Amino acid sequence: MIAFIIRRALLAIPTLIFISFISFVIIQLPPGDYITAYAAELRHQGEYITEAQEAAMRAQYGLNDPMVIQYWRWISNIIFHGDFGYSLQWNAPVSSLIWDRLAITLAISTLSLVFTWIIAIPVGVYSATRQYSVLDYVFTVFGFLGKGVPDFLLALILMWVSFVYLNLNVGGLFSPQFQSAPWSVAKVIDLLQHIWIPLVVLATGGAAGLIRVMRANMLDELGKPYVETAYAQGLSEGRVVWGYPVRVALNPFISTVGWALPALFSGDIITAVVLNLPTTGPLLLQALKMQDMYLAGSFILVLSVFTVIGTLISDVLLAWFDPRIRYA
Amino acid sequence: MGNKTMTTSIMPPARLLELDNVQVHFPMREGLVKAVNGVSYHVDKGEVLGIVGESGSGKSITARAIMRLLPKRAVDAGGQILFRPRTGEEFELSQLSRNSRAIRQVRGHHIGMIFQEPMTALSPVHTIGTQIMRTIQLHMGLGRAAARERAIDLLAKVQLPRPKELVDAYPHQLSGGMRQRAMIALAISCDPSLLIADEPTTALDVTTEAQILDLLKSLQSELGMAIIFITHNFGVVADIADRVSVMYLGRIVETASVDDIFYAPKHPYTQALLRSIPRLGVDQGRRLPTIPGMVPDPFSVPSGCAFNPRCSHAITGLCEVQDPPEKRFNGQMSRCHIADRFAQELAHV
Repeated sequence: MIAFIIRRALLAIPTLIFISFISFVIIQLPPGDYITAYAAELRHQGEYITEAQEAAMRAQYGLNDPMVIQYWRWISNIIFHGDFGYSLQWNAPVSSLIWDRLAITLAISTLSLVFTWIIAIPVGVYSATRQYSVLDYVFTVFGFLGKGVPDFLLALILMWVSFVYLNLNVGGLFSPQFQSAPWSVAKVIDLLQHIWIPLVVLATGGAAGLIRVMRANMLDELGKPYVETAYAQGLSEGRVVWGYPVRVALNPFISTVGWALPALFSGDIITAVVLNLPTTGPLLLQALKMQDMYLAGSFILVLSVFTVIGTLISDVLLAWFDPRIRYA
Repeated sequence: MGNKTMTTSIMPPARLLELDNVQVHFPMREGLVKAVNGVSYHVDKGEVLGIVGESGSGKSITARAIMRLLPKRAVDAGGQILFRPRTGEEFELSQLSRNSRAIRQVRGHHIGMIFQEPMTALSPVHTIGTQIMRTIQLHMGLGRAAARERAIDLLAKVQLPRPKELVDAYPHQLSGGMRQRAMIALAISCDPSLLIADEPTTALDVTTEAQILDLLKSLQSELGMAIIFITHNFGVVADIADRVSVMYLGRIVETASVDDIFYAPKHPYTQALLRSIPRLGVDQGRRLPTIPGMVPDPFSVPSGCAFNPRCSHAITGLCEVQDPPEKRFNGQMSRCHIADRFAQELAHV
């Protein structure tokens, strides 16, 4: 098992090098660079910089060097100094921009994943064991509704309802007075008042899909002979269902935990924009639009590290969970 | 629902299990399928009853009616199933619902069951030992360590090599024959009075089949349990059974001792089945006789004797009109209008 983990971890290194290079190149592929975008934005605001000023800025930021050299400058600083570079647009070190947001994103994502599973697994199991019952149909309708309604729309509706009827301050994670206040009980309560909307939005969307997956998996497993064997041992229905087919039906969930990690960081951008959440999504979107390559590149690098780590976690979990994988 | 324990018994003392006119129906869109249409048989303590029939004749569904493990869309349409294990209590299984506490005490404890597909009948994500231990702990009230000891003993008893290692093995690490041995160990883990073996050797190759049959025979004499052995293979029945029941379209058409079934069959269906078994060195170069026609569509079972359209002895005006009665000849039962004629013919030979 340990050898398996080490082997997988070593294999991840070339993957990461490759991804970081490709992402750096792709960000630079569109015509122009950050200075072009910056000049365009200035012109938009009625200001103006000369060609000579642009050239000077390019030289200052080293944008005239060949791409490989720029890449090396960026990646070597990350590896040897933990320095992700400087965001041209924000005029601040990349690290200072991303880590706070990463932490908040991780918290929101993990919580919404937990809620998704807490909803999806029992409902999926119930729907499968009581197939075609009234509640199964009810869950199915809600499942399709949850899947069909776009997250941002649900977010808008919830914000409207809580603003108009519940008189809550909506949007963001904190009320203005707590924005930069130190942590306190009042701030936590304020956070809880805000965080439920993104959690509900993200969990409904995710749960709606997972209920269908869980139900389908369970229906497959419930018909298998080992379930009948378990009944034939005299085990009660609850012990049979939760002890045998659920164990097997969870495998696809476990193997997709790894994808959940990066998807949570980048996938909910629209919801995050609508809800004005200080998560990573909106910042990444902005960085890509401005060709702020060190910021965007660092984000994508962090995302791919999470993808690789997530996949590794999935593989290890699955191997631990399913003996057929472990000994294969 | 408590134990369906009755004080007065209507079963003879040697009787372990008795089925009386058991009916299981499947309501389908196309009509009603009477998968089990009035099956009566009994099993005495310590005997092996073979049940032979084609696919769809209702042999497996009857076994599941005993275990109360019928598919959800099946309708229990009547009949009585009485069961009296070694411990002496008497259960009226036909009165127990699928999830009742009483039937859960019977399953795995008094009645063990082996299934056809050893590849899929064991949980793929639990070790052999875990699966056996769960049953032992559930019914025998043993602790983990004691249950593990017993599981290892059971694996040794079904002649698996290195039982101390295999107790921690997963099903996919074993071969088909070994899995079926593990399945048997699971089924006999609580010393059941009755073992129901539903085509336990069908999915195995012939060599392994012979080994499993030998194992079942030796376990049966060692533990003194009775076995209901369901198969479509007469050769297997000849090897293991004391008595044989032949099923056709949801009914028992003939029941007899294993010798009488082979040497004095009194139902044309049994006779035809026996004729269609290839025999070494006999009738070389001749086509094997087959039963004409097809198994009828379950939605339109022929009236009268269900076998009459395919029967070479059928009497027009009788067989397709009247349900044949059960005719008895010294412990042999045949559901055929002209069973007496076969009895006389045999007497002359």
